[in-house]
Amino acid sequence: MCGIVGLFLKDPALEPRLGALLTEMLITMTDRGPDSAGIAIYSGAGAGRAKITVQSANPSRDFKSLDGDLHDAIGQPVLMLVKDTHAVIEVPLDQMDAARTALAHLRPSVKVMSAGESIEIFKEVGLPRDVAARFGISTMGGTHGIGHTRMATESAVTTMGAHPFSTGSDQCLVHNGSLSNHNSVRRDLKRAGMTFETENDTEVAAAFISHKLQEGAALGDAMGATLTDLDGFFTFVVGTKNGFGVVRDPIACKPAVMAETDQYVAFGSEYRAMVNLPGIENARVWEPEPATVYFWER
Amino acid sequence: MQSFDLSANGLRALNSSLHALKGQTNMTEWEIINPKGSHAIAAGVDAPVDITVRGSTGYYCAGMNKQATIRVKGSAGPGVAENMMSGTVIIDGDASQYAGATGRGGLLIIKGNASSRCGISMKGIDIVVHGNIGHMSCFMAQSGNMVVLGDAGEALGDSLYEARLFVRGSVKSLGADCIEKEMRPEHIALLADLLKRGEADDKAKPEDFKRYGSARKLYTFNVDNAAAY
Repeated sequence: MCGIVGLFLKDPALEPRLGALLTEMLITMTDRGPDSAGIAIYSGAGAGRAKITVQSANPSRDFKSLDGDLHDAIGQPVLMLVKDTHAVIEVPLDQMDAARTALAHLRPSVKVMSAGESIEIFKEVGLPRDVAARFGISTMGGTHGIGHTRMATESAVTTMGAHPFSTGSDQCLVHNGSLSNHNSVRRDLKRAGMTFETENDTEVAAAFISHKLQEGAALGDAMGATLTDLDGFFTFVVGTKNGFGVVRDPIACKPAVMAETDQYVAFGSEYRAMVNLPGIENARVWEPEPATVYFWER
Repeated sequence: MQSFDLSANGLRALNSSLHALKGQTNMTEWEIINPKGSHAIAAGVDAPVDITVRGSTGYYCAGMNKQATIRVKGSAGPGVAENMMSGTVIIDGDASQYAGATGRGGLLIIKGNASSRCGISMKGIDIVVHGNIGHMSCFMAQSGNMVVLGDAGEALGDSLYEARLFVRGSVKSLGADCIEKEMRPEHIALLADLLKRGEADDKAKPEDFKRYGSARKLYTFNVDNAAAY
């Protein structure tokens, strides 16, 4: 199993409530995935700024004076906000890659969850309610977000095995299902220069789409390519800096419900994840068709 | 009229109240409010009562139903009326995957669309869908009738046994051993009755449908193939 929720806001008036709405949706999906939970929030950064979200198993050691150390390394101002086991590090956009390189030297045990102009990813082992509370997700605003509750089948219950997976700047993917050809696809992607943090099947799907986007494919085309090249069961929900997409495999046994109003597009593994969204009673509610790519961009 | 607030009182209290209805009861009319997509609403009812669910339901609503008439004033999640034995289930909106799966009797009416695997392995249930049905519907369907006013998705009736399938619109593809068959007068009469009971006689005429059934080549033993076993 596994639960997926997603919310892409069209109405800026709802943006301050993004985290609160997504948190409630995520908690409703606890019984589809009580092992671990994760959430990607696209909350934007200042002009010309980038955010690197990192995780540590020993945050008091790793995050101590990390902002100062990074400042010394890149010679540019660094802002850092520690949230439990994660820290969001803000640097000038043109220093993002330099900061990541420096980070790998300064704190080798720290893992990068996401990097980009808008995205922040928080994920941990534990019940969705507890994970969301640890990171204060419900107080966060933003334009769109994706959440996942995991019932592990393919790899271990660890922080790095939780979804969402991010394999490109401002990109993320969550997955309900399992892939059967992920080892061979991973091998091909490694040869093409992609790097992997885990043995997880979903990370391969994320990297597959990131690789297509790097090659210049549009989001819809990159998602469509999963239908020919990935074998297995999947409902994917994908986020980019300004986009939100959904695709299901042709057999489509992993559930998916969508709702759209003038204010938002919402995704849930089940309808009950969406029952408390504003205006849901008048929303257009439908099941995404198998082997069909849906995406929205602002 | 018994009114039950599912959000306030919970599923276990609802279903144990409904399971307690046996034989003669004065509580023949029930209304369930605030269903909010919950699972297993009114599953396992065995009494001639009328239950209206005011909103959309999650997995397995009206599963294993016997005798009851259950109306959903919204859409239904996966497995609605799964393994129904008798009675009637009416969905005003759409139904998710495997609606009416393995149903042994009774009537399931879906006024919107049904998604994939509708009527999979049906064993005597009648299903009337006013809209379309998704792929792999009626897979290994054994008996009963499926009526579709709209279109059918890929692989309709794959590995079909003796269920009768009537589709008014297009069929994207037929599954293995499923073929179009002649509409004889007895099928027109059967379909007229199903459309009437399925609250669809004002929407479609029996003459507009095509009939599909088993070619009976897959499930019967053919002595010419003996060497293959």
